[in-house]
Amino acid sequence: MPYALNVNGKSYSVDVDGDIPLLWVVRDVIGLTGTKFGCGIAMCGACTVHLSGQAVRSCITPVEDAANFDITTIEALGDAELGARVQKAWLEEEVVQCGYCQSGQIMSAAALLALNSKPTDEDIDSVMAGNICRCGTYPRIRSAIKLASSREG
Amino acid sequence: MGIVQTALSGEISRRSFLISATLAGGSLLIGSRIIQPAAAQSQDSFAPNPFIRIPPSGKIEVVVPSAEMGQGVYTGIATLVAEELEVPLDQVQVVAAPADPLRYAHPVLGDQLTGGSVTIRGFWEPMRRAGATARTMLVSAAAREWSVPEASCRAESGNVVHAESGRRLAYGALAAKAAGLPVPENVALKPASEFKLIGKDVPRVDTPAKVNGTAKFGLDAHPAGVKFAAIAISPAFGGTLKDVDDSEALRIKGVRQIVKLSDAVAVVADHTGAARKGLAALKITWDPGPNGDLNSEELERRIEAAVAGEAVVAHNSGDVTAAEATGAKGFDVVYRMPILAHTTMEPMNCTVHARPDSCDVWVGTQAAGRARKTAAEVLGLPVEKVMVHNHLIGGGFGRRLDIDGITMATRVAQHVQGPVQVVWSREEDIRHDSYRYLNLSRLSVKLGADGMPVSWRHRIVGPAIMARFLPIFFKDGVDFDITGGAESPYAIANKRVEYVRHEAPEGMLTGNWRGVGPNRNAPAIEGGIDEAAHLAGRDPVDYRRQLLAGNPRLLAVLNLAAERAGWGTPLDRGRALGVAVLPDFGSFAALVAQIHVDRNGALKVERLVCAADCGIAINPTVLEQQIESGLIYGLSAVLYGRLTMKNGAIVEGNFDDSPVLRINECPPIEVHLVPSTESPGGVGELGTPLVAPALANAIFAATGKRLRDLPIDGSALRGA
Ligand code: FES
Ligand code: FES
Repeated sequence: MPYALNVNGKSYSVDVDGDIPLLWVVRDVIGLTGTKFGCGIAMCGACTVHLSGQAVRSCITPVEDAANFDITTIEALGDAELGARVQKAWLEEEVVQCGYCQSGQIMSAAALLALNSKPTDEDIDSVMAGNICRCGTYPRIRSAIKLASSREG
Repeated sequence: MGIVQTALSGEISRRSFLISATLAGGSLLIGSRIIQPAAAQSQDSFAPNPFIRIPPSGKIEVVVPSAEMGQGVYTGIATLVAEELEVPLDQVQVVAAPADPLRYAHPVLGDQLTGGSVTIRGFWEPMRRAGATARTMLVSAAAREWSVPEASCRAESGNVVHAESGRRLAYGALAAKAAGLPVPENVALKPASEFKLIGKDVPRVDTPAKVNGTAKFGLDAHPAGVKFAAIAISPAFGGTLKDVDDSEALRIKGVRQIVKLSDAVAVVADHTGAARKGLAALKITWDPGPNGDLNSEELERRIEAAVAGEAVVAHNSGDVTAAEATGAKGFDVVYRMPILAHTTMEPMNCTVHARPDSCDVWVGTQAAGRARKTAAEVLGLPVEKVMVHNHLIGGGFGRRLDIDGITMATRVAQHVQGPVQVVWSREEDIRHDSYRYLNLSRLSVKLGADGMPVSWRHRIVGPAIMARFLPIFFKDGVDFDITGGAESPYAIANKRVEYVRHEAPEGMLTGNWRGVGPNRNAPAIEGGIDEAAHLAGRDPVDYRRQLLAGNPRLLAVLNLAAERAGWGTPLDRGRALGVAVLPDFGSFAALVAQIHVDRNGALKVERLVCAADCGIAINPTVLEQQIESGLIYGLSAVLYGRLTMKNGAIVEGNFDDSPVLRINECPPIEVHLVPSTESPGGVGELGTPLVAPALANAIFAATGKRLRDLPIDGSALRGA
């Protein structure tokens, strides 16, 4: 039985097993490749997407569990004011190196700021510790979150 | 690769030409060839060399021969070309060069490789020259168009301007005419005082696409009709596939095919999710092969035994043996390093469409030329029939200098109709890396009556990476990589560096790991100097100053880092600073680490203060990014990096059992750049080697415990 998904405001019908992780459906079936694969066990955050605004690891989210939510991926994050603000802060702070982890970093940061518009360093640590960056962009991620936070509008 | 230091000391001229010529076996693959005007003039575009294409309309293309893996090379190369071409960066489109070492070989490495922190050093002049050549021709085309003297025209922001008459023509409009002109031999390059882009913090060109999900990495290559494969490779190195029961896997929705190879099995499916599910459903029996009984204890026993083995001399000055007899006091210690994987954020993957007469490869690689070659070899095709589409790289660190993954993907694709993307799981990625193998340094130092070292004997035991990877850097039994930087910058009259080659078990690939030779040798050198200073009862910074008097650039960064870190200021109990310096990759750096060890022995890295002189900073922000990156990569390894072996296979497989540094553990980092007018040095690997010794030295200062084995063993600090 195909699953009906709502991704970035568009409807899709995907004919896959219900236990297939959302990550692969988004990437390989729907073709939105901005969401990345890093570990497959919810340890790195590269695959972070939003289900009705909440950050989840799509590598361990079965597609059948995602069917009832509005799914947002990095491709559509900038459509909202907050997402665009985070992306802009990311560029201004020159956070990005290889960039592979950054979709997930930005999705996590946007979800953090949506819940907590003025996060402390500890708040940033506790949320962003779920996202690994092997290029070591952590100090700049921290500054970019603070910059985006300071521009709350 | 620190090896390149050898080839680069002085200028990149004669020596590298020789090296390149040797590599090419006498063919015309020499460093200068790539900057020579190629006869690549296409009909409508102006392409005076392989690096620039100016179409009649639209953006100017800069073709970058090197892979972008986060180090900012697209921005760096585009900046060099644009500076001389007189065009703003936002009018430039960066294009990844195809695999074609004849046109795109790196001038120093002699192959189309991106590594060794030599990219900018090698291309610093050729790329500016390429831009200047194009600019000169465009000016001359405009002058002819207007029938005015060339000297009355100038290039400005993508146009040629004739000031007197106020006429101006965009480069695109001049492309056809310029393409018909002879290519000038010698064009003048701008003096540094006229730089508009070099030295400025121009925004990176690759990042806008990386914050909105549109950037394309190797994993994002989805050519029409692509299938997806999950792969299991023999866990034991050198093992083979004995038997597979695929009945269950084939019943899974979306699974199309099982590909069985001698040493691996892949499940091909409509999407990676089905492929991974199918792989998990396979019942695989492996023959572990010759290494099936090997474990870490045995590997460690072997390398300890090898220390006493036959050594070749990598460096010798003065008379160490004689000096050792005169030394008043000294020490004889061993520094050890574990096995490490690169653990790039983007797991290995490669997409291949193998056809009977041709092949396409979509991949992010640091070695495009070799990628093409291996695919051609697997398929029995001439190299010209293989097209490599190079992509952004989700972390290189040396891993993607090796093409084993491309070979494997091509072997899978050979059995598949249409394109197939082979995706390594994180576990497969960590368990089949090109490893930084075990490394052991034995250091014997004697001090004279004045407390300064009179003899320094350093014996290095480890694999010869270059013997396989770039044999021109393996000479008379000495591996230039592993011995890189081992002669140390310190003025010691009697020094000897010995090398004992000790390879990993057959079938276990060893390769280049960020920081390469200097990263292997800095812990012993910088730890050893610290030990000497302590034995002499001297302050570690002062002691180094005395030994570095003849090395002003290194001395300057040492002083700057010490000053900025507040060296000498008394600290609370448990808190201390440690220092390390590194002259390598054509740059100079010093790091001061501040750490705290509490009563329970818990270590906290509180602050890293780095000073660096990397010559002219083409883009200071990118440079700072790279130093931060190298430091954090080093810190991650120093705190956590250690892979172990059981039954011939790597035990750890993912971020749960092989942790890496996370944001909550990342200390504040300060980078202080020393302004310089020297040619640019390498930066990508500069930070990494400094971390282990600076941290160990700080721990010693705080606790009196000298940790010589990596990773740092927190349990050793308990009760300190
Ligand atoms: S891929 Fe999902 S958390 Fe790593
Ligand atoms: S930017 Fe490369 S892994 Fe984060």
